[in-house]
Amino acid sequence: MSTGIKSVVYDPLFDNNPITLQILGICSALAVTTSLKTALLMSIALTTVLTLSNASISMIRHHVPGSIRIIVQMIIIASLVIIVDQFLKAYAYDTAKKLSVFVGLIITNCIVMGRAEAYAMSHDPKMSFFDGLGNGLGYSLILMLVAFIRELFGAGSLFGYQVMPLTSEGGWYQSNGMMLLPPSAFFIIGFLIWGIRTWKPKQVEEPDFRIHEEHSKEGA
Amino acid sequence: MSVFKQFVEMPNDSRLKTIIVALLLCLVCSVLVSTAAVALKPKQDANKALDKKQNILRIAGMMRPGASVDELFAEIEARVVDMETGKFADDIDPEKFDQRKAAKDPAMSVKLSKDEDLASIGRKEKYAAVYLVREGGQLQTIILPVHGYGLWSTMYGFVALEGDGRTVKGMGFYEHAETPGLGGEVDNPGWKAKWVGKEIYNPQGEVAVRVLKGAVLPSTPDPQYKVDGLAGATLTSRGVENLLQYWLGEQGFKPFLKNLAQEG
Repeated sequence: MSTGIKSVVYDPLFDNNPITLQILGICSALAVTTSLKTALLMSIALTTVLTLSNASISMIRHHVPGSIRIIVQMIIIASLVIIVDQFLKAYAYDTAKKLSVFVGLIITNCIVMGRAEAYAMSHDPKMSFFDGLGNGLGYSLILMLVAFIRELFGAGSLFGYQVMPLTSEGGWYQSNGMMLLPPSAFFIIGFLIWGIRTWKPKQVEEPDFRIHEEHSKEGA
Repeated sequence: MSVFKQFVEMPNDSRLKTIIVALLLCLVCSVLVSTAAVALKPKQDANKALDKKQNILRIAGMMRPGASVDELFAEIEARVVDMETGKFADDIDPEKFDQRKAAKDPAMSVKLSKDEDLASIGRKEKYAAVYLVREGGQLQTIILPVHGYGLWSTMYGFVALEGDGRTVKGMGFYEHAETPGLGGEVDNPGWKAKWVGKEIYNPQGEVAVRVLKGAVLPSTPDPQYKVDGLAGATLTSRGVENLLQYWLGEQGFKPFLKNLAQEG
């Protein structure tokens, strides 16, 4: 792997993560992370769509009229999403049923459009393909982390296997119901962002404004 | 110069190229999407049918490890019931009958008035698909489809009754979108187990089954009609109660159950 491809694939994992740095695609990260299984399927679906849409948009990028640029991207993304959805319904019916509308909503996922507009429109198909893959994996990483925490503490299980027996079924673990509700994903993503930015201080944004310090000194 | 080359060299923002690109793209995408949809349809339909059978078996407590769903389902007799008369409508093939579709079809359903519509379902279908299990000619289980509105969503499920048509053998939902952890606990096996053995009708033949707010205590009168409510999910619990009231009442399967009991 050349260094170009390497950085395109690895950067979005921590240094330029679509969820924690670019703060995109939050909606689905809240909705599908109650269990690892749904999060994994969603990750696979989004990574597939993102990789293919980036590559195909990049392939026709020299012939896309500026006036219908966004529509062209949307049509490609929407078609890919429908195809992926059809495949899930045929081969992973149970989990696809739990994901319900969220696979369809990949169409409106900001990461997919964002990468098409920011990268695929100005890079060759090969690099765009890997950029899609990298960002898909970055999204998947966060999704799996959040789902791991939510499923473990919310339901006491991992991938559906009970690791901590619940009190409601005669075990010792009192499940945390909030973990199964969307707000908990907000908190977890917030903590993840905090953690990543403490580890990599470069990601901390400059404040928009500063409170004027030492007012008295100026007056003196 | 070929037409293709001419097209490729056209300025991107010319009106003609914009239209050609849009048309070509739509053509390619629609071919891809429809190919996928058509090619995968048989598999999706098979999945849907299998899922439904699985749900019926699970709710009736007939799932056995090691046996295939189709094998187990062979013991079940699917029939279509005319909701008006409560009699079997044998001119409709239960294999092909889709109750969800019928509920939306104006020719196959009737609009419910406000006071009739206990389960908040809007329309009632004229026919329903029921499932019967007989052993040695004796009716063992009656599985009835039910649906009604909870807090956020219409909940679809089945109620399995004993052959006597009044004792619950199992109850459960296969589709709903209630809050996970609260109303979503309608899927909790512990709660579903509480339904087993409950009585639906009181001696006067009215639907007496109730979902309480809180738990059924030893001091609760008539505990055979009562089930614990779900903690933190009053509206979902009420939804379950309402849909049972509706589907097991006069509007629902009561006439059918009466006929069935007379048949013996």
